[in-house]
Amino acid sequence: MEFITQPWAWYVAGPVIAFIMFLLFYFGERFGMSSNLETFCSIGGAGKFVDYFKIDWKQNSWNLIFVAGAITGGFIASYWLSPSDTVMLNPQTVQDLADIGIANAGKTYLPDEIFSIDTMLSLKGFFILLIAGIMVGFGARWAGGCTSGHAIVGLSNLEIPSLISVIGFFIGGLVMTWLILPLIF
Amino acid sequence: MKYIKFFLVGILFGIVMSKAEIISWYRIYEMFKFQSFHMYGVIGSAVMLGMISMFLFRKKVVKTFEGNDIHVKPKKRGMYRNLLGGILFGLGWALAGACPGPMFVLVGKGVVSILVVIFGATLGAFLYGLSKDKIPH
Repeated sequence: MEFITQPWAWYVAGPVIAFIMFLLFYFGERFGMSSNLETFCSIGGAGKFVDYFKIDWKQNSWNLIFVAGAITGGFIASYWLSPSDTVMLNPQTVQDLADIGIANAGKTYLPDEIFSIDTMLSLKGFFILLIAGIMVGFGARWAGGCTSGHAIVGLSNLEIPSLISVIGFFIGGLVMTWLILPLIF
Repeated sequence: MKYIKFFLVGILFGIVMSKAEIISWYRIYEMFKFQSFHMYGVIGSAVMLGMISMFLFRKKVVKTFEGNDIHVKPKKRGMYRNLLGGILFGLGWALAGACPGPMFVLVGKGVVSILVVIFGATLGAFLYGLSKDKIPH
């Protein structure tokens, strides 16, 4: 049981993710999380405003069920399989975060400076969460995929568009982490 | 009943994202700071094994459970689409510390504020649909 309850190493997680991708193909579907965002839009009636969302979203039902499973899996892992909520970090990472105004790095999975209820209810905190989401959603649909669709499936399939997208993910991520995050907190 | 398998695979996804701490904001931060190998190992090993899967699909060694060939539809081409969309996604990924998969897993963990991020991401997808004919692809 200890094997399950301790944090899983990369060489366990990577193969499990590859296995998930394999299973979805075996079941006749394709691993891709961000397309669910478009499905949400279609269900919410976005097709009334934009033809792009006039799709038969029922063909994506399997992916919504997958999302329901992911939520359930997150619940199971957090409440039954994880005795500790700490994340072991490189001391340098903890120091770097303290320097930019994020204290107690690694004490829990997420920094309070972004995710606590108090932060969410502040104007600045709310807009940081909202804008981060908008960039993820807009960017993923513009690029035609996110980490699952491009970085995992696309790179596995040796696709140039996915390689370009992943390079883009890194350019954006590096700019945010090195240049913008130090200015926010 | 045909959907139960997707629910079970989703549960496995939620567990591995949680247990390997991929849903932790800090794991994404340290990746972009090059201070840990963890995320590179996760994505790298998944892609390595993924390539083998793709090879088996292409050679028709593995078919779907219904016996059909597995064709992996290529992603849409377009320098602007992939690069600019990718950069925008990366900015959001590093700020939220979560991409679309982990966002949902964090709901299961009971993180209320991630709902704002998911709402934002849905709004972002809507804004893309609204403006897609006016932006370069």
